[in-house]
Amino acid sequence: MDNRFDVELVSVTKRYGTTLAVDGISLRIPRGTYCCLLGPSGCGKTTTLRMIAGHEAVSDGDILIHGENVSDLPPIKRGTAMMFQSYALFPHMSCLDNVAFSLKMRGVAKKERHAKAREYLDLVHMGGFAERLPAQLSGGQQQRIALARALINRPRVLLLDEPLSALDPFLRIKVREELKRLQRELGITFIHVTHSQDEAMALADLMVVMEDGHIRQAAHPREVFERPVSPFIAKFIGSHNVLRLNQGPVAVRADRCRLGSAEDGPHVHGQVVAVEYQGSMVRVAVKTDAGDEVSALVPDQMFYRKPAEPGDPATLVWAEQDTHALVEA
Amino acid sequence: MNSAGLISILPFALRGRPVTEPGKRRRTRLPSWLVSWFQVGPLALILVVLFALPTCLFLVVSFYDYDRMGIYPAFLLDNYRELFTTRATWRVYASSLKFAVIVWAITLFLGFNISYFLIFHVRGAVVRTVLFLLCAIPFWTSGIIRTIAWIPFLGRNGAFNQILMGLGIASHPLTFLLFSDFSVIVTYVHLFTLLMIGPIANSLSKIDPALMEAAVDAGASRWRTMVDIVIPLSKTGITLGSILVFTQVMGDYFVVRQMSGGQSASIVSMLSTQIQAMEYPPASANAMVLVIFVAILVAAMMKVVDVRKELVK
Repeated sequence: MDNRFDVELVSVTKRYGTTLAVDGISLRIPRGTYCCLLGPSGCGKTTTLRMIAGHEAVSDGDILIHGENVSDLPPIKRGTAMMFQSYALFPHMSCLDNVAFSLKMRGVAKKERHAKAREYLDLVHMGGFAERLPAQLSGGQQQRIALARALINRPRVLLLDEPLSALDPFLRIKVREELKRLQRELGITFIHVTHSQDEAMALADLMVVMEDGHIRQAAHPREVFERPVSPFIAKFIGSHNVLRLNQGPVAVRADRCRLGSAEDGPHVHGQVVAVEYQGSMVRVAVKTDAGDEVSALVPDQMFYRKPAEPGDPATLVWAEQDTHALVEA
Repeated sequence: MNSAGLISILPFALRGRPVTEPGKRRRTRLPSWLVSWFQVGPLALILVVLFALPTCLFLVVSFYDYDRMGIYPAFLLDNYRELFTTRATWRVYASSLKFAVIVWAITLFLGFNISYFLIFHVRGAVVRTVLFLLCAIPFWTSGIIRTIAWIPFLGRNGAFNQILMGLGIASHPLTFLLFSDFSVIVTYVHLFTLLMIGPIANSLSKIDPALMEAAVDAGASRWRTMVDIVIPLSKTGITLGSILVFTQVMGDYFVVRQMSGGQSASIVSMLSTQIQAMEYPPASANAMVLVIFVAILVAAMMKVVDVRKELVK
């Protein structure tokens, strides 16, 4: 049977007592997709991931993997593997034994499982660390071991719970590239939970923005960035100004805004509250007369031709086609 | 906030050293070797005066000669020879060891399961504290009272027999309940299970629950998760608890005397008989053998698990 979707969520709900953590979400993840679940803390993204993994029971609804209903199956029967936020490496086992653990559970003989584990250690460039204990490795190295351990069962779906949050910013970008490369090479679906929109933008084929246990928008990052559906999405994605105009709420990208005068087109009046030099761009924060905080990302050359100081009156202008209407939340 | 305000909210350890008066603070400090001695001193003093010196004294006396009138300095091996050639000694050691092994097995089983339940199944911190207190509060009364309290419960006309007969389970009172090996073991288990719960719960509480999820994710059953993850990671607590229970049972005097009804003797009761007969040199030899025996047991357990290494982690 040819399944067009790796993972399907059918009105999946999670209740803890009377509180709803996840409220009837539905989502289809096509084959071989890098999917990012994105949202502020407490939005239900981790709970959703844990339900797909089988570490949390669904209260209502169904989860399908490759067209098969897995809602009541234990993790190992789902064809998923999870990489935990804390990596959860077994501290009393060598890296080799950590990676080989699931093979051991399947009863694979020692020699065979160690050979296989070495293959996967090589895949994550950790071949030289087989005999070390996890505590003797850096955070980034531990993560590679965790990745190898998750991949050795050849999962159909790899689940990653905030995999980059414990790394320093430089490493984060490097590991990010590597995750994407690995996903492309293996051709399986990755579901990656994050609260960082940069991370989601850089990685995702499918970006799922969640809030309050609901999916607010699920699309390619470019679609989400260029056509956010609601003020919440526009604000959460960042680099957007959300304005209340006569026709309703609109979003205008900050890099499409300029300081100018009322004749130039759509505009709002206000006062400069801050100027931040960011290298190639200068961010000018403006408080509008209506009280909204907005900003313009102006190329440095353009800004220094006509600089502004905090306290100056300012008019934020943009082109008509950059006005993007939002649905009132 | 200005920088002075910021500094004042930092913990002391994170604040920079004051730049003024660079040498002055150092001169008022005690030299570091003296500080170390002050830290080690009190415990070292207690151990030397109350343990090392008496042990040396026993060691010396154990070689002395004696008669009904007194003890005489000598270097005789007779006390030890007599101890090892008496059948009663072997019987008492065997009986104490038997109690120790049985009680160890039961308290380990109970202690591990209770600890596991308290750490991983009880969600609320308040409930957990209350349950821990329920385990601990009985220990606020003396062990002697808790031992004797079993007598009216297990006795021939005791509460337990009356319940059994009242429910029609037994037609006549069960006599093995009291003044038997059974009652000794029940009392030991009651007295010493907490000694297992404490160290094991401490070890278990250091295990990240995500490790167990990771094991399940990798296809481990409950049993394999236990054997491959939880038990190896709690072996420090298991060893510490085992040492405590073993040494307590081996050094017991009161429980066996009260609860066995004279059918069993303990090593210490044998020792006390000798002391009451003023036979100090054989009693000293007996004490030395007990100390060495228990030390070997503990050393063997430490050999299996390097407790010191694990505690430093």
